[in-house]
Amino acid sequence: MTDPTLAQASDFAIWGAIVVLALAMLAFSVHLAVTGARTERKAGSSLPEPVMAGAGAARTNDPADRSTDGPTERPATRGWGVIGLQLTWLATFAVIAGTTLRALSVNRAPLGNMYEFALVTAGFALLVYSVWSLRKDRLWLGAFVVVPVLAILGAAKIWWYTEASQLMPALDNIWLIIHVTIATLSIALFTIGAALAIAYLWRDRAETKGEGTVRGWLAALPSSVKLERITYGLHVFAFPLWTFALISGAIWAEQAWGRYWGWDPKETWTFVIWVVYAAYLHARATSGLTTRKATWVAVAGFGCIIINYTVVNLLMTGLHSYSGVAT
Amino acid sequence: MSEQQRIEPTYPKNRATIGGPRLGPVGWARWAWRQLTSMRTALALLLLLAVAAIPGSIFPQRGVDPARVRSYMQDRPELSRWLDRFSLFDVYSSPWFASIYLLLMISLVGCIIPRLRAHLKAMQAPPPRTPSRLSRMPVHREAVVDADPSAVIAAARAELGRRRYRLRQEPEGAVVVASEKGYLKETGNLVFHVALLGVIVSVAAGSLFGWRGEIIIKEGEAWTAGAGTFDTLNLGPLVDEDDIPAFTLRLDQLDVEFESEATGAQFGAPRRFSGVATVQEQGQEATSEEFAVNAPLAVGTTSMYLLGNGYAPIVTVRDADDEVLFSDAVTFLPQDNTYSSEGVIKVTGRDPGLGFVGGFLPTFSADPEIGMTSSFPGLADPTLVLTAFEGDLFPEGRAQSVFSIETDEMDQVMLDEDTPISMLLRPQDTYELPDGTVIEFEDVVRWGGMLVRHDPGRMPALIFAGLALLGLVLMLGVRRRRVFVRVAGGDGATEQGERHTGVSVAGLPKGTDPGLEDLVEQVLAHIVSTVDTPRAAGARDEDER
Repeated sequence: MTDPTLAQASDFAIWGAIVVLALAMLAFSVHLAVTGARTERKAGSSLPEPVMAGAGAARTNDPADRSTDGPTERPATRGWGVIGLQLTWLATFAVIAGTTLRALSVNRAPLGNMYEFALVTAGFALLVYSVWSLRKDRLWLGAFVVVPVLAILGAAKIWWYTEASQLMPALDNIWLIIHVTIATLSIALFTIGAALAIAYLWRDRAETKGEGTVRGWLAALPSSVKLERITYGLHVFAFPLWTFALISGAIWAEQAWGRYWGWDPKETWTFVIWVVYAAYLHARATSGLTTRKATWVAVAGFGCIIINYTVVNLLMTGLHSYSGVAT
Repeated sequence: MSEQQRIEPTYPKNRATIGGPRLGPVGWARWAWRQLTSMRTALALLLLLAVAAIPGSIFPQRGVDPARVRSYMQDRPELSRWLDRFSLFDVYSSPWFASIYLLLMISLVGCIIPRLRAHLKAMQAPPPRTPSRLSRMPVHREAVVDADPSAVIAAARAELGRRRYRLRQEPEGAVVVASEKGYLKETGNLVFHVALLGVIVSVAAGSLFGWRGEIIIKEGEAWTAGAGTFDTLNLGPLVDEDDIPAFTLRLDQLDVEFESEATGAQFGAPRRFSGVATVQEQGQEATSEEFAVNAPLAVGTTSMYLLGNGYAPIVTVRDADDEVLFSDAVTFLPQDNTYSSEGVIKVTGRDPGLGFVGGFLPTFSADPEIGMTSSFPGLADPTLVLTAFEGDLFPEGRAQSVFSIETDEMDQVMLDEDTPISMLLRPQDTYELPDGTVIEFEDVVRWGGMLVRHDPGRMPALIFAGLALLGLVLMLGVRRRRVFVRVAGGDGATEQGERHTGVSVAGLPKGTDPGLEDLVEQVLAHIVSTVDTPRAAGARDEDER
């Protein structure tokens, strides 16, 4: 049933993706450093770039504020970022190829164990970022996306690697494809969302400290107001997907285990994540709470996702025990 | 939720010394209600709910796995007493968990009702009046055109109407347009929150009016549903035993396959569980139905799920005169992933009673360290390993589990002074006890552990969950926007016959709305191109690029 040659080719593709991503990370980092230094120099020579300190109302009539979400000045410094983006595209194809080869080697959707979930999540995150970069200038975001994806792929290779094999019957269902695809897609979006949230918090702190002027590589990032807006926009997209993952999981649980909700550790943590992100959306709509505090709630939500994927899968006893990892 | 309902204490903190107004009981009740239904409280309760749900994933739960709770309590009796005192083995039915979600529900209702009222009012009311100074709006663009003010207004109304904005009726000769769009955002918000309440009510109804029973059926065995025929039966508080429908089910066949090719953790992992059963409902023809893990068997309004499986060796016991004392398939319970199973055979048609205790190993393997064990869950080398006890099988007539024998009061059957009897049987093997009783291991069949469940809250919960998702998408996806247009000047023509009519378009978003600037510009551009070409550029094209 399983084809070892294809499975091996898949492993090579993933190793290749990891190497390419590491290079992309370097390129994106250099891009941030170079762009930051240049923006800083420019800011020093001419009038300081007006930056809205403090978050809150994302209201501005400055037309320069829109159409580009990146820093206003960036010719000649894009080179490293573009290299990073090209490498990211290459890695995206490598991850997709690795995942597809894996699926071909076992003749099923590559959604059967933790290793495969991690591959699909990483693939989605890279694909979303790469396609997004085609439409808007997102070079400054590259490093923030590549680092977590590299961490996911590395952990998958080192700790969660599972030999290619058939599904266990509890997983053999059409809802496997629906539920796990949407769950991994929303985790990928939440990963980028968390990366943006951290970028925002970092930049916002620098803006508050520097009273408007930002030094170093942080100057390569858009203003905190814009960062916050993008962060929110991504979460608004990911949250309904997570809701759908939760509902489809319940439908599947009803078919497989005879009840749609049973407070299994995985179900509990899916619920916890949902509630924390719901709290983020509420916190953002609450007047009187700063967007900084609200964004910390989103970061906490991503912390719960990490716990859900690592601690719950590997350490907690429950029905979702198909990590495939020998313990 | 309701943002406007925050109360800030403006009165002096120490009222005892200063005097001033005091809150009566009604005032305090109103204050408490406002506090509870405030967004800040809802947010705190949400975060509290998330934190409160976590212990249930750390400690074993009675509602999920009572056996693990028992073993946990045995291992750590002192800690368990304290954990139990705080309901940490029943987190999701504990008073403190319930109080959080009940407060959240009250807060939700208290928030929904006024918003529902306000939304219904807003849906019927026209958009609010155009503010006098549009330049104060968050998004604002202007242009000057050579056109009649009334033509500009007409063009603006036409353009906003084309974009499906709701327009405010203005008197003849008005120089303003007020419009609004995106009422579905609030509708979605309300649908989402009401549907959440619906989900909770459905779940509650399901546990009040639903029931679940478990039954082990061996291949070839027939079973008739009824309150007394389940191994375990949990009825909801509002269910009567007579509500359980009568039907008959015979398990014709059960297929189970295990991974035999892969190595490592995947070796021996289950690959297929499926079965064929003959079902007969009352007054209907018997039908043959296939079912599997993930494909439950539906019988009327109840569903049957294959949740467990194992082996049942067929054992026949004859006495010295070749008279059959016992002949049946005996359910052995798997103890691990290799299906090393344990079970007992109670031969009651004999005096004294005879009991066999031991294990069934689907793939026999003798490990030098742990002894006899099973190396694979499939039937590669099925072996029955037994020892025998004589005596009273049911001391004092007590009811006991079919899976164990109380051997304390019984005597182990001995081969000689020191060696108790121990037999290792392969299919068709027989073993003769010292008194001439013969046990034969004839064959082995499988058994399926079926969960039978009736949950009337299932469909409503699904429908409400779908509505909640729909509401969520509308709430987060639709943009609520107000667009205002104001026209100034342009009354008299200049010497060149030009009329300098100023057009201002402004947008007011609700929440984050990055696309609003584009929209305002497009509306302005469309108005301008409809009535005239702009003379003096107010739309600042140059510095935009």
